[in-house]
Amino acid sequence: MPWMLPTIWKNLFSRPVTRRYPFKDIREPFSGYRGKLHFDMEKCNLCSACAQLCPSNAIVVDKEAKTLKYNPFACIYCATCVEACPRKAITMDTHYSPPATVKSEETCRP
Amino acid sequence: MLPEPIHLKLELEDETVVGVTPIIGYIYRGIEKAGELNPFRNNVFLVERICGICSFTHALCYCEAVEKLMQVEVPPRARFIRLCWSELSRIHSHLLWLGLFADAMGFESLFMQCWRAREIILDISEMTAGHRIIQSTSIIGGIRRDIDKEMAKEVEHKLSDFKELMDNTVSPTVYNDPTIKRRTVGKGMLSKEQANLLGAVGPILRGSGVPLDIRQTGYAAYKETGFEPIVESDGDCYARTIVRLREIYQSRELILKALSLMPEGDISVTVRGNPPEGEMIHRAEQPRGEVVYYIKGNGTRNLDRLRVRTPTFANIPPLLTMLPGCELADVPVITLSIDPCIACTER
Repeated sequence: MPWMLPTIWKNLFSRPVTRRYPFKDIREPFSGYRGKLHFDMEKCNLCSACAQLCPSNAIVVDKEAKTLKYNPFACIYCATCVEACPRKAITMDTHYSPPATVKSEETCRP
Repeated sequence: MLPEPIHLKLELEDETVVGVTPIIGYIYRGIEKAGELNPFRNNVFLVERICGICSFTHALCYCEAVEKLMQVEVPPRARFIRLCWSELSRIHSHLLWLGLFADAMGFESLFMQCWRAREIILDISEMTAGHRIIQSTSIIGGIRRDIDKEMAKEVEHKLSDFKELMDNTVSPTVYNDPTIKRRTVGKGMLSKEQANLLGAVGPILRGSGVPLDIRQTGYAAYKETGFEPIVESDGDCYARTIVRLREIYQSRELILKALSLMPEGDISVTVRGNPPEGEMIHRAEQPRGEVVYYIKGNGTRNLDRLRVRTPTFANIPPLLTMLPGCELADVPVITLSIDPCIACTER
Protein backbone atom coordinates (compact mmCIF):
# COMPACT_ATOMS: atom_id res chain seq x y z
CA MET A 1 0.00 0.00 0.00
CA PRO A 2 2.42 2.72 -1.18
CA TRP A 3 -0.07 5.59 -0.75
CA MET A 4 0.00 5.02 3.02
CA LEU A 5 3.76 5.67 3.25
CA PRO A 6 3.59 9.50 3.54
CA THR A 7 1.12 9.18 6.46
CA ILE A 8 3.27 6.59 8.20
CA TRP A 9 6.37 8.75 7.66
CA LYS A 10 4.55 11.83 9.03
CA ASN A 11 3.25 9.95 12.08
CA LEU A 12 6.72 8.63 12.84
CA PHE A 13 8.17 12.10 13.37
CA SER A 14 5.18 14.17 14.52
CA ARG A 15 4.22 14.74 18.14
CA PRO A 16 1.39 12.68 19.69
CA VAL A 17 -2.06 14.19 19.12
CA THR A 18 -3.30 13.06 22.56
CA ARG A 19 -2.64 14.98 25.77
CA ARG A 20 -0.99 13.28 28.71
CA TYR A 21 -3.83 13.83 31.20
CA PRO A 22 -3.59 14.08 34.26
CA PHE A 23 0.11 15.04 33.95
CA LYS A 24 -0.75 17.81 31.52
CA ASP A 25 -3.95 19.81 31.61
CA ILE A 26 -6.65 19.21 29.01
CA ARG A 27 -7.63 21.88 26.50
CA GLU A 28 -9.28 24.99 27.92
CA PRO A 29 -13.05 24.41 28.26
CA PHE A 30 -15.51 26.70 26.45
CA SER A 31 -16.67 29.78 28.33
CA GLY A 32 -20.18 28.42 28.95
CA TYR A 33 -19.04 25.11 30.41
CA ARG A 34 -20.85 24.09 33.61
CA GLY A 35 -18.03 23.06 35.93
CA LYS A 36 -17.28 23.13 39.65
CA LEU A 37 -19.78 24.79 42.01
CA HIS A 38 -18.74 27.55 44.40
CA PHE A 39 -20.87 28.72 47.31
CA ASP A 40 -20.38 32.31 48.47
CA MET A 41 -21.42 31.91 52.10
CA GLU A 42 -21.28 35.66 52.74
CA LYS A 43 -24.24 36.10 50.41
CA CYS A 44 -26.08 32.88 51.39
CA ASN A 45 -28.88 33.14 53.96
CA LEU A 46 -29.62 29.37 54.04
CA CYS A 47 -33.04 29.84 52.41
CA SER A 48 -32.64 26.27 51.01
CA ALA A 49 -34.16 27.13 47.60
CA CYS A 50 -31.23 25.27 46.01
CA ALA A 51 -31.68 22.18 48.20
CA GLN A 52 -35.41 21.99 47.39
CA LEU A 53 -34.87 22.14 43.63
CA CYS A 54 -31.73 20.00 43.34
CA PRO A 55 -32.72 16.96 41.22
CA SER A 56 -30.08 14.69 42.75
CA ASN A 57 -30.33 15.86 46.41
CA ALA A 58 -26.68 16.90 46.34
CA ILE A 59 -27.32 19.93 48.57
CA VAL A 60 -28.60 19.61 52.15
CA VAL A 61 -29.27 22.73 54.22
CA ASP A 62 -29.42 22.43 57.98
CA LYS A 63 -30.89 25.67 59.33
CA GLU A 64 -30.38 24.76 63.01
CA ALA A 65 -26.71 23.87 62.65
CA LYS A 66 -26.38 26.70 60.08
CA THR A 67 -24.58 24.53 57.56
CA LEU A 68 -24.89 23.78 53.87
CA LYS A 69 -23.59 20.41 52.82
CA TYR A 70 -22.72 19.83 49.17
CA ASN A 71 -21.84 16.47 47.68
CA PRO A 72 -19.91 16.98 44.42
CA PHE A 73 -20.16 13.25 43.64
CA ALA A 74 -23.98 13.28 43.68
CA CYS A 75 -24.14 16.59 41.78
CA ILE A 76 -25.13 16.34 38.11
CA TYR A 77 -23.96 19.90 37.27
CA CYS A 78 -27.32 20.90 35.79
CA ALA A 79 -27.08 24.47 37.21
CA THR A 80 -30.65 24.45 38.55
CA CYS A 81 -29.36 25.75 41.91
CA VAL A 82 -27.36 28.51 40.22
CA GLU A 83 -30.51 29.74 38.49
CA ALA A 84 -32.70 29.28 41.58
CA CYS A 85 -30.53 31.14 44.13
CA PRO A 86 -32.29 34.47 44.88
CA ARG A 87 -29.03 36.01 46.19
CA LYS A 88 -26.78 34.78 43.38
CA ALA A 89 -24.57 33.08 45.97
CA ILE A 90 -23.86 30.02 43.81
CA THR A 91 -21.54 30.23 40.83
CA MET A 92 -19.98 27.72 38.47
CA ASP A 93 -16.51 27.86 37.00
CA THR A 94 -15.42 26.24 33.75
CA HIS A 95 -13.40 23.34 35.17
CA TYR A 96 -14.80 20.00 36.19
CA SER A 97 -14.15 18.49 39.60
CA PRO A 98 -10.90 16.51 39.60
CA PRO A 99 -11.05 12.76 40.19
CA ALA A 100 -10.64 11.73 43.85
CA THR A 101 -10.04 8.55 45.82
CA VAL A 102 -12.52 9.39 48.61
CA LYS A 103 -16.10 10.53 48.07
CA SER A 104 -16.23 13.44 50.49
CA GLU A 105 -18.83 16.14 51.12
CA GLU A 106 -18.14 19.84 51.37
CA THR A 107 -19.55 21.62 54.41
CA CYS A 108 -20.07 25.37 54.07
CA ARG A 109 -20.90 27.75 56.92
CA PRO A 110 -21.93 31.40 56.68
CA MET B 1 -16.96 -7.03 20.02
CA LEU B 2 -20.39 -5.84 21.15
CA PRO B 3 -20.50 -2.92 23.53
CA GLU B 4 -23.97 -3.74 24.86
CA PRO B 5 -25.13 -6.17 27.58
CA ILE B 6 -27.36 -8.39 25.43
CA HIS B 7 -27.08 -12.17 25.50
CA LEU B 8 -27.85 -13.79 22.13
CA LYS B 9 -28.17 -17.54 22.50
CA LEU B 10 -27.28 -18.90 19.07
CA GLU B 11 -28.08 -22.31 17.64
CA LEU B 12 -25.53 -23.30 15.03
CA GLU B 13 -25.18 -25.85 12.29
CA ASP B 14 -21.48 -25.79 11.45
CA GLU B 15 -20.82 -22.06 10.98
CA THR B 16 -24.40 -21.16 10.07
CA VAL B 17 -26.83 -19.68 12.57
CA VAL B 18 -30.17 -21.52 12.57
CA GLY B 19 -31.84 -20.08 15.64
CA VAL B 20 -31.42 -17.22 18.08
CA THR B 21 -32.92 -16.38 21.48
CA PRO B 22 -32.26 -12.93 22.95
CA ILE B 23 -31.82 -12.57 26.71
CA ILE B 24 -31.91 -9.12 28.22
CA GLY B 25 -32.36 -7.89 31.78
CA TYR B 26 -28.83 -7.20 32.92
CA ILE B 27 -29.08 -3.44 33.41
CA TYR B 28 -32.61 -2.69 34.57
CA ARG B 29 -32.46 0.55 36.53
CA GLY B 30 -36.10 1.26 37.44
CA ILE B 31 -36.16 4.66 35.76
CA GLU B 32 -39.89 4.58 35.02
CA LYS B 33 -40.70 4.01 38.70
CA ALA B 34 -38.25 6.72 39.73
CA GLY B 35 -40.10 8.99 37.29
CA GLU B 36 -43.30 8.50 39.29
CA LEU B 37 -41.59 9.33 42.59
CA ASN B 38 -39.72 12.39 41.29
CA PRO B 39 -41.37 15.82 40.86
CA PHE B 40 -42.32 16.14 37.17
CA ARG B 41 -39.89 19.01 36.56
CA ASN B 42 -36.92 16.97 37.82
CA ASN B 43 -37.85 14.08 35.55
CA VAL B 44 -36.20 15.96 32.65
CA PHE B 45 -32.81 15.25 34.22
CA LEU B 46 -33.82 11.67 34.94
CA VAL B 47 -35.04 10.77 31.43
CA GLU B 48 -31.84 12.25 29.98
CA ARG B 49 -30.01 9.47 31.76
CA ILE B 50 -32.00 6.69 30.07
CA CYS B 51 -29.51 6.85 27.23
CA GLY B 52 -26.01 8.28 27.16
CA ILE B 53 -26.14 9.03 23.45
CA CYS B 54 -29.59 10.31 22.53
CA SER B 55 -30.15 11.93 25.92
CA PHE B 56 -31.29 15.24 24.46
CA THR B 57 -34.03 13.60 22.38
CA HIS B 58 -35.36 11.90 25.53
CA ALA B 59 -35.51 15.25 27.34
CA LEU B 60 -37.10 16.90 24.29
CA CYS B 61 -39.77 14.23 23.96
CA TYR B 62 -40.61 14.25 27.67
CA CYS B 63 -40.79 18.05 27.77
CA GLU B 64 -43.03 18.20 24.70
CA ALA B 65 -45.32 15.53 26.18
CA VAL B 66 -45.71 17.49 29.45
CA GLU B 67 -46.13 20.75 27.53
CA LYS B 68 -48.88 19.16 25.42
CA LEU B 69 -50.63 17.87 28.55
CA MET B 70 -50.38 21.26 30.28
CA GLN B 71 -51.26 23.11 27.04
CA VAL B 72 -48.14 25.28 27.14
CA GLU B 73 -47.05 27.10 23.99
CA VAL B 74 -43.24 27.05 23.69
CA PRO B 75 -41.59 30.13 22.08
CA PRO B 76 -40.57 29.45 18.43
CA ARG B 77 -36.90 30.27 19.10
CA ALA B 78 -36.76 27.51 21.72
CA ARG B 79 -38.23 25.02 19.24
CA PHE B 80 -35.56 25.87 16.66
CA ILE B 81 -32.70 25.54 19.17
CA ARG B 82 -34.17 22.24 20.37
CA LEU B 83 -34.03 21.05 16.76
CA CYS B 84 -30.34 22.04 16.55
CA TRP B 85 -29.39 20.09 19.66
CA SER B 86 -31.51 17.14 18.63
CA GLU B 87 -29.75 16.99 15.26
CA LEU B 88 -26.32 17.40 16.88
CA SER B 89 -27.09 14.37 19.03
CA ARG B 90 -28.14 12.47 15.90
CA ILE B 91 -24.84 13.27 14.17
CA HIS B 92 -22.70 12.20 17.10
CA SER B 93 -24.79 9.08 17.68
CA HIS B 94 -24.46 7.99 14.04
CA LEU B 95 -20.71 8.65 14.09
CA LEU B 96 -20.28 6.73 17.32
CA TRP B 97 -22.26 3.87 15.79
CA LEU B 98 -20.28 3.96 12.54
CA GLY B 99 -17.04 3.86 14.54
CA LEU B 100 -18.18 0.85 16.56
CA PHE B 101 -19.50 -0.82 13.42
CA ALA B 102 -16.11 -0.36 11.72
CA ASP B 103 -14.42 -1.71 14.84
CA ALA B 104 -16.72 -4.76 14.81
CA MET B 105 -15.43 -5.67 11.37
CA GLY B 106 -11.83 -4.91 12.35
CA PHE B 107 -11.54 -1.57 10.54
CA GLU B 108 -9.70 0.34 13.29
CA SER B 109 -8.63 3.37 11.26
CA LEU B 110 -12.20 4.16 10.17
CA PHE B 111 -13.21 3.88 13.83
CA MET B 112 -10.58 6.50 14.72
CA GLN B 113 -11.63 8.84 11.90
CA CYS B 114 -15.33 8.62 12.87
CA TRP B 115 -14.59 9.48 16.47
CA ARG B 116 -12.26 12.26 15.39
CA ALA B 117 -15.09 13.84 13.37
CA ARG B 118 -17.48 13.26 16.29
CA GLU B 119 -15.21 15.33 18.52
CA ILE B 120 -16.05 18.48 16.51
CA ILE B 121 -19.78 17.87 17.12
CA LEU B 122 -19.20 17.31 20.84
CA ASP B 123 -17.25 20.59 20.94
CA ILE B 124 -20.28 22.35 19.42
CA SER B 125 -22.50 20.78 22.08
CA GLU B 126 -20.18 21.89 24.85
CA MET B 127 -19.94 25.39 23.43
CA THR B 128 -23.68 25.89 22.99
CA ALA B 129 -25.14 23.83 25.84
CA GLY B 130 -22.41 23.71 28.48
CA HIS B 131 -21.94 19.96 28.45
CA ARG B 132 -20.91 17.50 25.79
CA ILE B 133 -23.56 14.77 25.96
CA ILE B 134 -26.02 15.04 28.85
CA GLN B 135 -26.83 18.67 28.24
CA SER B 136 -29.62 19.43 30.75
CA THR B 137 -30.72 22.34 28.59
CA SER B 138 -34.32 21.46 27.80
CA ILE B 139 -36.86 22.33 30.48
CA ILE B 140 -40.63 22.32 30.64
CA GLY B 141 -41.60 25.51 28.85
CA GLY B 142 -38.54 25.96 26.67
CA ILE B 143 -34.77 25.82 26.93
CA ARG B 144 -32.18 27.23 29.31
CA ARG B 145 -29.49 28.51 26.95
CA ASP B 146 -29.65 30.71 23.92
CA ILE B 147 -27.49 30.49 20.81
CA ASP B 148 -26.61 34.08 19.95
CA LYS B 149 -25.44 35.33 16.54
CA GLU B 150 -21.72 35.08 17.31
CA MET B 151 -22.12 31.55 18.59
CA ALA B 152 -24.23 30.62 15.55
CA LYS B 153 -21.38 31.82 13.30
CA GLU B 154 -18.90 29.73 15.26
CA VAL B 155 -21.23 26.71 14.94
CA GLU B 156 -21.44 27.22 11.16
CA HIS B 157 -17.65 27.47 10.99
CA LYS B 158 -17.17 24.26 12.96
CA LEU B 159 -19.81 22.47 10.86
CA SER B 160 -17.95 23.39 7.67
CA ASP B 161 -14.74 21.95 9.20
CA PHE B 162 -16.76 18.86 10.06
CA LYS B 163 -18.05 18.49 6.50
CA GLU B 164 -14.53 18.83 5.10
CA LEU B 165 -13.26 16.11 7.43
CA MET B 166 -16.18 13.83 6.58
CA ASP B 167 -15.78 14.43 2.83
CA ASN B 168 -12.08 13.60 2.97
CA THR B 169 -12.08 10.61 5.29
CA VAL B 170 -15.28 8.86 6.37
CA SER B 171 -17.53 9.24 3.30
CA PRO B 172 -15.11 8.04 0.58
CA THR B 173 -14.15 5.08 2.76
CA VAL B 174 -17.76 3.99 3.35
CA TYR B 175 -18.72 4.48 -0.32
CA ASN B 176 -15.64 2.92 -1.93
CA ASP B 177 -13.86 0.57 0.43
CA PRO B 178 -14.08 -3.07 -0.70
CA THR B 179 -13.60 -4.40 2.86
CA ILE B 180 -16.73 -2.67 4.13
CA LYS B 181 -18.74 -3.82 1.13
CA ARG B 182 -17.59 -7.40 1.52
CA ARG B 183 -18.64 -7.46 5.17
CA THR B 184 -21.98 -5.67 4.76
CA VAL B 185 -23.51 -6.00 1.28
CA GLY B 186 -26.19 -8.70 1.27
CA LYS B 187 -25.75 -9.39 5.00
CA GLY B 188 -28.67 -9.21 7.44
CA MET B 189 -31.36 -8.87 4.79
CA LEU B 190 -34.71 -7.42 5.86
CA SER B 191 -37.37 -6.96 3.19
CA LYS B 192 -39.80 -4.07 3.09
CA GLU B 193 -42.71 -6.36 4.02
CA GLN B 194 -40.83 -7.92 6.95
CA ALA B 195 -39.75 -4.48 8.22
CA ASN B 196 -43.36 -3.30 8.19
CA LEU B 197 -44.69 -6.51 9.67
CA LEU B 198 -42.19 -6.68 12.53
CA GLY B 199 -42.52 -3.01 13.41
CA ALA B 200 -38.94 -1.95 12.68
CA VAL B 201 -38.17 1.70 13.33
CA GLY B 202 -35.55 4.26 12.38
CA PRO B 203 -32.69 3.60 9.95
CA ILE B 204 -33.55 -0.14 9.86
CA LEU B 205 -37.00 0.66 8.48
CA ARG B 206 -35.66 3.31 6.09
CA GLY B 207 -32.83 1.02 4.99
CA SER B 208 -35.51 -1.43 3.89
CA GLY B 209 -37.21 1.13 1.70
CA VAL B 210 -40.00 2.46 3.94
CA PRO B 211 -40.07 6.28 3.99
CA LEU B 212 -41.19 6.71 7.60
CA ASP B 213 -39.60 9.13 10.03
CA ILE B 214 -41.31 10.75 13.03
CA ARG B 215 -39.70 14.07 12.11
CA GLN B 216 -42.29 14.18 9.32
CA THR B 217 -44.92 14.89 12.01
CA GLY B 218 -43.27 18.31 12.47
CA TYR B 219 -42.50 18.30 16.20
CA ALA B 220 -39.96 20.86 17.50
CA ALA B 221 -39.36 23.03 14.40
CA TYR B 222 -39.25 20.33 11.70
CA LYS B 223 -42.43 21.74 10.19
CA GLU B 224 -40.75 25.08 9.52
CA THR B 225 -37.42 23.70 8.31
CA GLY B 226 -39.05 21.04 6.15
CA PHE B 227 -37.99 17.44 6.21
CA GLU B 228 -37.77 14.51 3.81
CA PRO B 229 -36.76 11.08 5.13
CA ILE B 230 -33.70 9.36 3.67
CA VAL B 231 -34.51 5.96 2.19
CA GLU B 232 -32.40 3.12 0.78
CA SER B 233 -34.12 0.10 -0.69
CA ASP B 234 -31.59 -2.76 -0.40
CA GLY B 235 -32.46 -3.79 3.17
CA ASP B 236 -28.98 -5.08 4.06
CA CYS B 237 -26.33 -3.86 6.51
CA TYR B 238 -24.76 -1.65 3.84
CA ALA B 239 -28.09 0.10 3.12
CA ARG B 240 -28.49 0.86 6.83
CA THR B 241 -24.95 2.25 6.93
CA ILE B 242 -25.64 4.50 3.93
CA VAL B 243 -28.92 5.72 5.49
CA ARG B 244 -27.05 6.78 8.61
CA LEU B 245 -24.18 8.36 6.66
CA ARG B 246 -26.61 10.37 4.53
CA GLU B 247 -28.54 11.36 7.66
CA ILE B 248 -25.35 12.86 9.12
CA TYR B 249 -25.16 15.22 6.13
CA GLN B 250 -28.90 15.89 6.27
CA SER B 251 -28.70 16.75 9.99
CA ARG B 252 -25.92 19.23 9.27
CA GLU B 253 -28.10 20.90 6.63
CA LEU B 254 -31.05 20.97 9.06
CA ILE B 255 -28.94 22.67 11.76
CA LEU B 256 -27.72 25.31 9.29
CA LYS B 257 -31.28 25.88 8.08
CA ALA B 258 -32.61 26.15 11.64
CA LEU B 259 -29.87 28.63 12.58
CA SER B 260 -30.73 30.83 9.60
CA LEU B 261 -34.52 30.63 10.06
CA MET B 262 -34.45 31.04 13.86
CA PRO B 263 -36.71 33.93 14.91
CA GLU B 264 -35.79 36.43 17.64
CA GLY B 265 -37.58 36.27 20.96
CA ASP B 266 -37.79 34.49 24.30
CA ILE B 267 -36.35 31.05 24.84
CA SER B 268 -38.75 29.89 27.54
CA VAL B 269 -42.07 30.60 29.19
CA THR B 270 -42.77 30.25 32.91
CA VAL B 271 -44.89 27.18 33.54
CA ARG B 272 -46.86 27.33 36.77
CA GLY B 273 -48.87 24.59 38.42
CA ASN B 274 -48.85 20.86 37.98
CA PRO B 275 -49.85 18.60 35.07
CA PRO B 276 -53.66 18.21 35.12
CA GLU B 277 -55.46 14.89 35.28
CA GLY B 278 -55.13 13.22 31.91
CA GLU B 279 -52.92 11.20 29.63
CA MET B 280 -50.61 12.16 26.80
CA ILE B 281 -48.55 10.30 24.22
CA HIS B 282 -45.75 11.98 22.33
CA ARG B 283 -43.33 10.60 19.75
CA ALA B 284 -39.93 11.79 18.59
CA GLU B 285 -37.29 10.47 16.22
CA GLN B 286 -34.16 9.41 18.01
CA PRO B 287 -30.99 8.51 16.10
CA ARG B 288 -32.03 4.86 16.50
CA GLY B 289 -35.69 5.36 15.61
CA GLU B 290 -39.01 6.26 17.12
CA VAL B 291 -39.27 6.88 20.88
CA VAL B 292 -42.72 7.01 22.51
CA TYR B 293 -43.45 8.75 25.79
CA TYR B 294 -46.68 8.13 27.67
CA ILE B 295 -47.41 10.25 30.72
CA LYS B 296 -50.40 10.31 33.04
CA GLY B 297 -50.91 13.33 35.26
CA ASN B 298 -53.07 13.50 38.37
CA GLY B 299 -53.02 17.17 39.32
CA THR B 300 -50.13 16.81 41.77
CA ARG B 301 -46.44 17.46 41.17
CA ASN B 302 -45.81 13.72 40.68
CA LEU B 303 -46.91 11.81 37.60
CA ASP B 304 -49.16 8.78 37.96
CA ARG B 305 -47.29 6.93 35.23
CA LEU B 306 -44.28 7.51 33.02
CA ARG B 307 -43.80 4.97 30.24
CA VAL B 308 -41.06 5.01 27.63
CA ARG B 309 -40.89 2.79 24.54
CA THR B 310 -37.40 3.07 23.09
CA PRO B 311 -36.42 2.19 19.49
CA THR B 312 -34.15 -0.77 20.23
CA PHE B 313 -37.05 -2.64 21.82
CA ALA B 314 -38.90 -2.38 18.50
CA ASN B 315 -35.79 -3.39 16.56
CA ILE B 316 -35.06 -6.64 18.41
CA PRO B 317 -37.72 -8.70 16.49
CA PRO B 318 -36.28 -7.61 13.09
CA LEU B 319 -32.82 -8.59 14.40
CA LEU B 320 -34.11 -12.09 15.19
CA THR B 321 -35.31 -12.38 11.59
CA MET B 322 -32.01 -11.16 10.15
CA LEU B 323 -29.74 -13.53 12.07
CA PRO B 324 -30.93 -17.06 11.07
CA GLY B 325 -29.08 -18.17 7.95
CA CYS B 326 -26.06 -15.94 8.44
CA GLU B 327 -22.50 -17.03 9.19
CA LEU B 328 -21.27 -16.90 12.79
CA ALA B 329 -18.63 -14.31 11.86
CA ASP B 330 -21.37 -11.96 10.59
CA VAL B 331 -23.34 -11.98 13.86
CA PRO B 332 -21.52 -8.95 15.42
CA VAL B 333 -21.89 -6.91 12.23
CA ILE B 334 -25.60 -7.72 11.81
CA THR B 335 -26.34 -7.16 15.51
CA LEU B 336 -24.54 -3.82 15.46
CA SER B 337 -26.35 -2.80 12.27
CA ILE B 338 -29.54 -2.22 14.31
CA ASP B 339 -27.50 0.09 16.60
CA PRO B 340 -28.63 -1.71 19.77
CA CYS B 341 -29.01 0.31 22.95
CA ILE B 342 -29.94 -2.17 25.64
CA ALA B 343 -29.59 0.45 28.40
CA CYS B 344 -32.46 2.31 26.70
CA THR B 345 -34.51 -0.83 26.22
CA GLU B 346 -34.40 -1.87 29.85
CA ARG B 347 -34.38 1.60 31.43
